[in-house]
Amino acid sequence: MSTIEQTKQGIPTGTWAADTVHSSVAFEVPYAVATFGGEVTDFEATLEDGTLSGAARIESIHVKEENLQAHLLSPEFFDAEKHPVVSFTASDIERDGDNVTVDGEITIKGITQPATLTGTITGPAVDHFGKTRVGFKLSTTVDRTKFDMNWNMPLPNGEPALSNEVTLKADLTLVAQEA
Amino acid sequence: MRVLAISGSLRDDSNNTALLRALREEAPEGVEVDIWQGLKVIPPYDHDDDVVPGPEAVEAFRELVRESDAVFFATPEYNSSVPGALKNALDWASRPLATNSFRNKPVAVISSSAGAFGGVWAAAELRKVLGAMGARVTEAELSVGHAHEKFGDDGRLADDDVREGLRAALDTVVTAALDRAAAA
Repeated sequence: MSTIEQTKQGIPTGTWAADTVHSSVAFEVPYAVATFGGEVTDFEATLEDGTLSGAARIESIHVKEENLQAHLLSPEFFDAEKHPVVSFTASDIERDGDNVTVDGEITIKGITQPATLTGTITGPAVDHFGKTRVGFKLSTTVDRTKFDMNWNMPLPNGEPALSNEVTLKADLTLVAQEA
Repeated sequence: MRVLAISGSLRDDSNNTALLRALREEAPEGVEVDIWQGLKVIPPYDHDDDVVPGPEAVEAFRELVRESDAVFFATPEYNSSVPGALKNALDWASRPLATNSFRNKPVAVISSSAGAFGGVWAAAELRKVLGAMGARVTEAELSVGHAHEKFGDDGRLADDDVREGLRAALDTVVTAALDRAAAA
């Protein structure tokens, strides 16, 4: 038996905040012949009267190689000293069954660009503690050079080592806040 | 404000060091340009020696960078790239990467050579190295070709265009340092 009870369809109204333990914000970028990934662990997200907003402290970026982590925080990539927060906001959210499309804006390195996130929505539903939750599993692909992240190195075959196309992923569990 | 000036050349009659002396003359009020000449005493980088604390000369260099608001490089070009002694000092200074003394430090790179191209490839390589170290590489740009022809018999810079280029490069890196200080 499921411990979560489905309550209704549609984009929920009211105020919802991310349960960050059960949420994640991550990225993937093709690198040489593989895909390199990482996540940002210090973030918050809310859904308030139909507007989905999120912000992450880029100092909390985590990748498996410490020198790369330091490089990502440097002026060549996120420039965390100057631009410590990346953010997202969207008020145009459309649901079609379990699928969802979110049109909004992403701000990275102080530069704001439009972005369309697609994915799935689950709930709202009541969990076994009586909290009402809604889940969003979203992703989008951005061109990092539009956010002034132009670093690259040529591989021996002349191809660039790092792709400009970066996939951003947010797996959010939002909990209804009591009025 | 303190700007640490580093020449990539060790020789006494270096054109790049002479450019830094001219830079010092152009420093506006409130900006002190200190020319560092310790490159020759930095030992070759050896991972086995890369412990805490590091070699005395290395620790002194790291501290000098840490205490400076900006760093200004003037480099010659050896075999299309950065002189080994300068690269060696930066390899030491870059360790450990996440907390090294150049991290977020505004830097300017200029170059000069006896040839026509003025060391542009060395300057580009040096900017690449500094960027990888996490420095805040400014857009300051000046490559002085036929550098030996730019100085008078007294050894002082005698070219107004180059002098103006030095002023512009210094202004760029000082502005970046002021912006950084204001945001802190």
